[in-house]
Amino acid sequence: MRYGLNLKVKYEFDRPTGSGRQLLRVLPAEIAGAQTVLASVLTVTPPPLERREFPDFFGTKVIEVVMPPGLTELVITMAARLSRTADPQGFDMSPPLAQLPAELNGVYDLGPNSPHHFTAASPRIAAGIEIAAFARTATAGASSVREAIEHFGLAIYSGMKFDSKATEVDTSPAEAFSLRRGVCQDFAQIMISGLRSLGIPSAYVAGFLRTLPPKGKPRLAGADAMHAWTRAWAGIEAGWVEYDPTNACFAENNHIVVGYGRDYGDVAPVTGRLRLDGPQKGSHAVDLIEMDEPRLHVT
Amino acid sequence: MADKKSAKAKPAPLQSLGDYKPLGSTPDEMVDAQGQIRPLWQAFAEAFAALPPAEIALRQARAEQYLRDSGVFFRQYGAGQSTERPWPLSPIPVLIDESDWVHVSQALTQRADLLEALMADLYGENRLVSEGLLPPALIASNPEWLRPMVGIRPHTGHYLHFVAFEIGRGPDGQWWVLADRTQAPSGAGYALENRVATSRAFAEIYGDGHIHRLAGFFRDFRDTLQSLRQDRDSRVVILSPGPLNETYYEHAYIARYLGFTLVQGEDLVVDDGALKVRTISGLRPVDVLWRRLDSSYADPMELNPQSRLGTPGLVSALRTQGLTLVNALGSGILETRALMAFLPKLAPILLGADLAIPNIATWWCGGATERARVKSAPQRMVLSPALATGMPFDRQGETQLASDLTPAELAHRLANGADYVAQEAVTLSTTPALVDGKLAPRPMILRVFLARTPKGWQVMPGGFARIGATPDPAAVAMQRGGSAADVWIVTKDAVPAVSMVAPPTGPYRRTTPGALPARAADNLFWLGRYIERTEVIVRLLRARNIRLAESGAMAKPLLDVLDPLLETLGVDPDTGIPQGLLDTLSDATGSAGQVRDRFSPDAWSALADLNKTARRMATTVTPGDDAARALSSLLRKLAGISGLVHENMYRFFGWRFLTIGRLHERAMGMTALVATLADPEAPAGALDLAVEVGDAVLTHRRRFTMRTSRDTVIDLLALDPLNPRSIRHQIDGLQIQVDMLPGANDHGALSPLARDMLRCHAALATEAPETLTTEALWQFRDRIAALSERLTEEYLR
Repeated sequence: MRYGLNLKVKYEFDRPTGSGRQLLRVLPAEIAGAQTVLASVLTVTPPPLERREFPDFFGTKVIEVVMPPGLTELVITMAARLSRTADPQGFDMSPPLAQLPAELNGVYDLGPNSPHHFTAASPRIAAGIEIAAFARTATAGASSVREAIEHFGLAIYSGMKFDSKATEVDTSPAEAFSLRRGVCQDFAQIMISGLRSLGIPSAYVAGFLRTLPPKGKPRLAGADAMHAWTRAWAGIEAGWVEYDPTNACFAENNHIVVGYGRDYGDVAPVTGRLRLDGPQKGSHAVDLIEMDEPRLHVT
Repeated sequence: MADKKSAKAKPAPLQSLGDYKPLGSTPDEMVDAQGQIRPLWQAFAEAFAALPPAEIALRQARAEQYLRDSGVFFRQYGAGQSTERPWPLSPIPVLIDESDWVHVSQALTQRADLLEALMADLYGENRLVSEGLLPPALIASNPEWLRPMVGIRPHTGHYLHFVAFEIGRGPDGQWWVLADRTQAPSGAGYALENRVATSRAFAEIYGDGHIHRLAGFFRDFRDTLQSLRQDRDSRVVILSPGPLNETYYEHAYIARYLGFTLVQGEDLVVDDGALKVRTISGLRPVDVLWRRLDSSYADPMELNPQSRLGTPGLVSALRTQGLTLVNALGSGILETRALMAFLPKLAPILLGADLAIPNIATWWCGGATERARVKSAPQRMVLSPALATGMPFDRQGETQLASDLTPAELAHRLANGADYVAQEAVTLSTTPALVDGKLAPRPMILRVFLARTPKGWQVMPGGFARIGATPDPAAVAMQRGGSAADVWIVTKDAVPAVSMVAPPTGPYRRTTPGALPARAADNLFWLGRYIERTEVIVRLLRARNIRLAESGAMAKPLLDVLDPLLETLGVDPDTGIPQGLLDTLSDATGSAGQVRDRFSPDAWSALADLNKTARRMATTVTPGDDAARALSSLLRKLAGISGLVHENMYRFFGWRFLTIGRLHERAMGMTALVATLADPEAPAGALDLAVEVGDAVLTHRRRFTMRTSRDTVIDLLALDPLNPRSIRHQIDGLQIQVDMLPGANDHGALSPLARDMLRCHAALATEAPETLTTEALWQFRDRIAALSERLTEEYLR
């Protein structure tokens, strides 16, 4: 599937800012066999004083910019064309859960895709007793690791309510779980916390999601979203599988990957030290369009 | 020769050393298994035995006095708060034979090379993991393994430049490595201070020339760091977490001793891909950063985002610039306790040789064999978290004897074996310590320092010994009452004297002092202001209390105009020594504490003394005559501080900012005083009060030979440039200092501050007593206040 992807992030500041350094992780990833970036361009306005690009440890493309002081507005736009072929969920090659530790012990690797990075608690995902208990119940009787992943993802989907007002970017998974509410970031982090408690290495995936319009209606510009889901290691043979607990499905062609990390902190789209002297307002809009798809512009 | 001498020497009878008796269960450094004093200790033991008890107490006091006078302290953490504690010196040195030391040095050099090779692999190709020699989980789940640093090679080719090892002597008399210190080892500066204090206590023994000196080690390391700069104009800076850190004293001390700039994270900025320090002369390049800050705090952008101590963009600078870090970020992982289980196997692979000195036997409980071993002999094993760093027993509750756990607890831990590490329970040799005036054996650990120089690793010939508070080996931690002792490496041949100054290699070149960091300048400016503000408060309070003692209730009208002056300085005038005065003094001490590296130790102890005295007085002094006398004695102490600062401080930018602060505050105080007390509406006696607070009674009498009038008081206290307390004198002084600040006066082109300063000066210089009305004075005071804001804007941000 070939897509055109547009992102616009806009910050407005009530009072001019001091100078600031920002890291941007919004460019789609290059993933052999699954996602190919044909072209991409990222623009920051006003023009930064410095701009650099480097891949981080997990391979995510990072744009580093240093902004001049006195900003009242900061706009980041990104446009890309890419093709995406998500792994089809074929025959289940994953072992029973009890066998996973032994398989994990056989992996002598610290490269970015090694499961070992994703077994322990990470800065934003501490081990939590309640989520662990929930994960145990939800996966009881699962015959394989992949089945456990799917059962647990479904349990989160049906046990949690999507609510964009209930949590904030720094809400911990334990807190979101006790509310039984949250957004995709909370769903993904709860799932990661639970999978890790079961001994299944699990990572955070940041990316974009294409929303399909209701039947017969044209899609609206900007209606797609930045999204997050979960990546779990299902043994040496099956490797990584990606599951989206917010939508109760394995990741498909509508899921465009930006990067992988231990939690949100490793792949946050914008991190930085802009010194904010006053309150700030932010907004973002995403367009993910299948090439040649009819499209209606709303101004 | 020397052998013959020691063979002939008669062992000193033990009785003369009190009833010193080794524990028997472990070897003792001074006394051998037969109860005989070892030849190495002979001279020391004889000299010590000859000292009467009173003399011993005197010498201990002398050593402690030195440390107090130098202001040596460390910070002890208690429930929710921390306090500065005097340095706990054990005045009896630990003596080590040179031949023993040569062996230790070679072994630790080998270990430092091993850790360097391990570091290069962990932050490079990770071959040790892919070849199955290290368990991947131990690295991947380790918070000290900093992923952003993987693949960033240090431009010198070396990750480690300064390391330390904790070593102890086991039951068989052999040395063991107990812990590796690679993050940001502390203690080298304290070792120097221990040396000075101990050599004062035992000058005759130390002075005979058979003990290795420490200065050469520091000189070589300083020269090495200087040579790592790529640009002659760039700097070597020491990065400290700041005064609240446990060992801040040492950071300031080392910076002063080696002549490096001490900075905190906010002093540094990454600009155009390179690390720079903010100074009063703008941004200056930094090529070498000696960090005393844990790695993860060094950059909130790519490392711990919670850190407020770091410099945003530091990791980015490492990617683009040839910056040298001592040590590379991420070096903390080498301290991981569980790694000690693997080092003996890695040494032959990475170095082609076995470890010359073993480390304490360690088993990572991630393996079944290891777990079985712990189960079979729990009474000889301590269990601690696998990823713990530092010494076993340094942190209370973290380490436990396996046999102290219930079988269920032990089973539970071993079920999560990968999270635990087992180590052989430590037994340590004992060394004599002074307990209640007598020598008693106490367990001992040495911290040995190694620095990388162009000639390879150099080992500090001596070190830092930690002595237990009780015979229990777990009690060596200073946070738990242990003490520190000097370590003497005793040679057979006399050692040459060493000095910090390298022999000249070319024609003499005068060097100018490095640029002053803006934060240091800011603290010096405020230190000047707070000290002067203290003086203003003390003078006002004294005058008030004299009036109170002399006239009682009659003084009320006068006090009614005086009190608002005190109140605007945050002082409640109705108590003898008001809290507001103590607060101002605390502010002064706080500012001075931020610039310990630039502030004379004498002035620091004078300030501490003043603070202590004022606090003591506050509890007893009553208003009136009692307070007036107490305040007079505080004034004398304040004069002492000013004298120490102004007679001893090098007249460069640091002194300049301190001086500007003092002049500025005095100008503000005097203007308010004159405006208030020389006001035509002021009650009778106000003019005399102004002259008294202005310390100008005698001058007034001599110059005017008449009663005070508004004109004489304005002339003397506001306009007379020769009166060192007049407003005009302060403004003259300020103008001279401001004109010499960087960029202030570029061949007549004035900076905004210099321009305002000149206008201010002209305005005052053209006034006469009759034109300088109360209103004009208050307006002028606003202009002086604005100068402080300009200065801050131009230099101190």
